[in-house]
Amino acid sequence: MLYREAGDFKTSYRADSQTFPIRLDRWAYYAILAVAIFVVPFVIDDYWLNAIFLPLLIYAIAALGLNILTGYCGQVSLGTGGFMAVGAYSCYKLMTSFPDISIAIHIVISGLITAAVGMLFGLPSLRIKGFYLAVATLAAQFFLVWLFNRVPWFYNYSASGQISAPERTLLGVPITGAGTQAWATYLFCLAFVVASAWICRNLTRGSMGRKWMAIRDMDIAAEIIGVNPLRAKLSAFGVSSFFVGISGALFFAVYLGAVEVGAAFGIDKSFLILFMVIIGGLGSILGSFLGAAFMVLMPVLLKNVLVGGLGWPTDLAAHLEYMVTGGLIVFFLIAEPHGLAQLWRVTKEKLRLWPFPH
Amino acid sequence: MPDQVLFALEVTINGLMAGVLYALVALGFVLIFKASGIFNYAQGVMALFAALTLVGIMEGQVPFEHLINATFGTGIHGFGWQVPAILAIVLTVVVMVIFAWVVNWLVLRHLVGQEPIILFMATIGLAYFLEGLGDMMWGSDIRTLDVGLPQGINTLVDQVTFDAFGYGLFIDNLDISATIIAIVLVAALVAFSQYTKEGRALRAVADDHQAALSVGISLNFIWVLTWSIAGFVALVAGIVWGAKSGVQFSLSLIALKALPVLMLGGFTSIPGAIVGGLIIGVGEKLFEFWVGPLVGGATENWFAYVLALVFLVFRPQGLFGERIIERV
Repeated sequence: MLYREAGDFKTSYRADSQTFPIRLDRWAYYAILAVAIFVVPFVIDDYWLNAIFLPLLIYAIAALGLNILTGYCGQVSLGTGGFMAVGAYSCYKLMTSFPDISIAIHIVISGLITAAVGMLFGLPSLRIKGFYLAVATLAAQFFLVWLFNRVPWFYNYSASGQISAPERTLLGVPITGAGTQAWATYLFCLAFVVASAWICRNLTRGSMGRKWMAIRDMDIAAEIIGVNPLRAKLSAFGVSSFFVGISGALFFAVYLGAVEVGAAFGIDKSFLILFMVIIGGLGSILGSFLGAAFMVLMPVLLKNVLVGGLGWPTDLAAHLEYMVTGGLIVFFLIAEPHGLAQLWRVTKEKLRLWPFPH
Repeated sequence: MPDQVLFALEVTINGLMAGVLYALVALGFVLIFKASGIFNYAQGVMALFAALTLVGIMEGQVPFEHLINATFGTGIHGFGWQVPAILAIVLTVVVMVIFAWVVNWLVLRHLVGQEPIILFMATIGLAYFLEGLGDMMWGSDIRTLDVGLPQGINTLVDQVTFDAFGYGLFIDNLDISATIIAIVLVAALVAFSQYTKEGRALRAVADDHQAALSVGISLNFIWVLTWSIAGFVALVAGIVWGAKSGVQFSLSLIALKALPVLMLGGFTSIPGAIVGGLIIGVGEKLFEFWVGPLVGGATENWFAYVLALVFLVFRPQGLFGERIIERV
């Protein structure tokens, strides 16, 4: 009753194949977008920005990227942290080498550089499959982190070995550095998120996405019906790494400002993004957002309840956070292996019938 | 012999010893993967948890001490007794068996028939949980573990090689005992799987789940058994690594060291785990010795992975893995 498609008639192919064919979905999407653009920037403060919105937006881009590779093309990757580091360090090199060019362009170029690196590390996927590939991508993770740690050129020979983002502006508003304002960085990241989601959604609906899914479902069968596995797999690695690179660049330049590669882009980050994708739902754009929201919000919530509410020492709360995170992951996998996106699909189905049982 | 060769020899021997330790961790992975097709990422954390439990029991620590004190405002600080190493090891084994049973009962039973990636993620979740639990139970300080394994330079080897070549090779007693322990452990495992009824059942399950089920082997029992054995192997690995570098968080990262070993040797092969461990151990030490200084050192972090990666491109199932046959 509440959620229905009755009376929603399509008169053209265009209307029939749009992203949100059901009117209610479409309105909900526009409403969320309107709130995100016209309401949130006016009420946001630094705590909400740094604790919730920036990580949420930036991780959502990374989760979108990994979802393309793992969810749509079926190639499990544990190298996400390393690829984010590529994005961050190329952004840093570009920002310091070409200070006159806009930061937005730098971030897109960092994405492209990461895409190239990702395709390079994607080459073995043509021979190696399944878990062997997952472990092989760890080679990318450890090698890249080591590279950025050991080759001084990447961090401009700074004494601390850290990279820190110089101040850059977009249309006269500071985006990176010390003097940023909450609404500006929020809108900047939001623009990237909306663009990424739009591109991902349409890529996965098109011929490219279908090729990826064919490879995912059974690569030999896909090869026989004429999908070129080389191009499908490498394009998935490329597109995926592009978004992961963008998220790494934003993570460094806009969110953290200063980064030490081992701490910021270690193996933990790879697992975190993989968790987001799995908990959110493999092969779902919405799932990437839900997963990112879950993994960002849960620790904040736990910390507030345990440390703020119950007055526990922070180290105990941190241990419990690990336990709860692990427990929830296992619980989710048991309860709904297809993730939050599937839960949402089931809920929608229920809403369509409500208040009748069948 | 020229010095360079002797250095290289020393590095190689130490690499072999390190390789034995890697193989020890990799063994636990192989056991579980063979029996249940689960790629158990939690193996490293199990080693950490086992070592923490062992230290905690030996020092007579009260589990959840910190938590109890924080919640009830009490000041408990240990039972005030010391437990001998042997007894503590037995108790730890009991804890690991209980853990295996709980994991099987709460987690694995509900995930039967899921895709391998889902199972893998579940073990990562398990790893997080166990890491938190270990710290919560026993505290997160760095602990020293001493179960009486000899430590320090082996003077005999040093003396003999010094007399022969004029340069004493440095070999740690701990590494030698680790090697002996590993050999005994592998021999025991082989004997167990060849000559006991349970071992035969284990191999049957590894070969074909459904066929094993149809001749009356209880899958539940076998899974608890494998996880217990893996827990025991984790304990041994934890003891050796813990004695070497202290019981601390980084102990759980040895799982990451074992992964390339598995890739190289093949996920399903026990000899593969051992040979792979030795190759990786020697390879990374020699690489660090010769190439490391040229590129800034610390190549041990990634060399094993790159070696395994390159190797896999030529042989996708690893050295001893089952041949991958794909059908449409």
